[in-house]
Amino acid sequence: MTRELQRTLDAVWRIESAKIIGAVARITRDVGVAEELAQDALVAALEHWPGEGIPANPAAWLMTTARNKALDRIRQAALHRQRQQELGADADARGEQVTPDFVEHLPEKGDIDDDLLRLMFTACHPVLPREAQVALTLKLLAGLTTAEIARAFLLGEPTIAQRIVRAKRTLSGANVRFEMPRGEELQARLGVVLEVIYLIFNEGYTATAGDDWVRPALCEEAQRLVRMLAQLAPQQREVYGLLALLELQASRLGARTDAQGRPILLLQQDRARWDWLLIGRALASLDRARALPGNAGPYELQAAIAACHGRARAPEQTDWREIVRAYDALIEALPSPVVALNRAVALSMAEGPEAALPLVEALAWEGALAAYHLLPAVRGDLLVKLGRLAEARAQFEQAAALAQNQRERELLLERARATLS
Amino acid sequence: MRVMVIVKATKDSEAGIKPTKQLMADMGAFNQELIKAGIMLAGDGLRPSSQGKRMRFSGAQRTVTDGPFAETRELVSGYWIWQVRSMDEAVEWLRRCPNPMPTDSEIEIRPMAEAADFA
Repeated sequence: MTRELQRTLDAVWRIESAKIIGAVARITRDVGVAEELAQDALVAALEHWPGEGIPANPAAWLMTTARNKALDRIRQAALHRQRQQELGADADARGEQVTPDFVEHLPEKGDIDDDLLRLMFTACHPVLPREAQVALTLKLLAGLTTAEIARAFLLGEPTIAQRIVRAKRTLSGANVRFEMPRGEELQARLGVVLEVIYLIFNEGYTATAGDDWVRPALCEEAQRLVRMLAQLAPQQREVYGLLALLELQASRLGARTDAQGRPILLLQQDRARWDWLLIGRALASLDRARALPGNAGPYELQAAIAACHGRARAPEQTDWREIVRAYDALIEALPSPVVALNRAVALSMAEGPEAALPLVEALAWEGALAAYHLLPAVRGDLLVKLGRLAEARAQFEQAAALAQNQRERELLLERARATLS
Repeated sequence: MRVMVIVKATKDSEAGIKPTKQLMADMGAFNQELIKAGIMLAGDGLRPSSQGKRMRFSGAQRTVTDGPFAETRELVSGYWIWQVRSMDEAVEWLRRCPNPMPTDSEIEIRPMAEAADFA
């Protein structure tokens, strides 16, 4: 086996594995079995290709081999049942089970898009815990190896392997069929798929440990998954909302830390380092979402906020009133004190600190954010702008005491000291 | 990672000869596959170099030359930007691309520089 052949096979697998697993699952109805059979086809390629050479169409070769393996398995199982029936042992199973006749009528090629969508819904099935949904999605849809997933999540390979095995067992045990959710269930299930993709993105976006491969790779996988989903479910408004949100957030990846790896706040970022190709794509996705029927969901509303920054070539061009309006809509869709705090910050930019301070004070009274260091940090910032330095200092000190991160704590203490000078 | 996939010009593309309907359809289908896979970020065809300009930089001097330009094989007639995981994956995708020209042609794949390259 030459190195080149192995690399070709890896690349083809990466491109084709989801389609192959989906097509096979359509036959076997069990995703775990489908993945095994797809892997068997990969092993067959490793046996045949070194001697026979890489086939002209390696993707079709793998697909045909995997499908044939699946059909063989179904036929054998059906023959086995038939023999049992002839012996009178399992007559009750007749009619419920797949028969050889049914096998002959399987479509030669199912609809690949439909298979992929079913595969996404199955990998993100609600019977699975979130971490299993994430691992299965990366494995089955993104074509990552167990080792790659382990590396991305800074976990041992056996842990991820276990997680995947257990997930497949859970799916089989719960008798999860390889089906498309319908009607009202579709929206709920789509919501889970979007959450899983968003989680994968954030895992990459907020990663503070691990090698450099980790962060951009998970962010890129998530973008790729949501782009795939947008093609598979083009009428789903919130899919385009998430696509816009992820591309907008990713557009700032290169600008949000300095050479020493210290975070740079949005308004201080060098916008020349933003990825304008992604911003342009995201704004188009947002337009697409807005043209679809239905109400804007939380991802689209967050994207709308990020888009206000994305449209501004310089910080002073930011349309803060538009951002406040976007936050109003987001609070309605997804009420949360953190969103309310962010809205107050936007309001302070739009109308001045005196408009925002009462809102922040009200949030402090409510107590829901009592442990959240950014609440006193924002309050301190507004007080500084209003010239109430002694009060501001107390807020910054409180924020520093609550901050989990050493770097942030130092920054807040510095701001507290600055009120004295 | 991102790659730029660079379609090299040919005599035909430089002469502005339009692709056949069949090629347009095949290329459209290939582009659709790229979009479905979530790897296509951008792509465009370029007009012949006869409509292009070049600027030569020498010290403080700037000299503009109008197209067309010689060395057809070195000219670009189109490009894509793809998000892929490796150069191998880009190569496998490119294998599926229909020949963009009625004659023999060449397409080049170049990884795009990332922030780390300038650190």
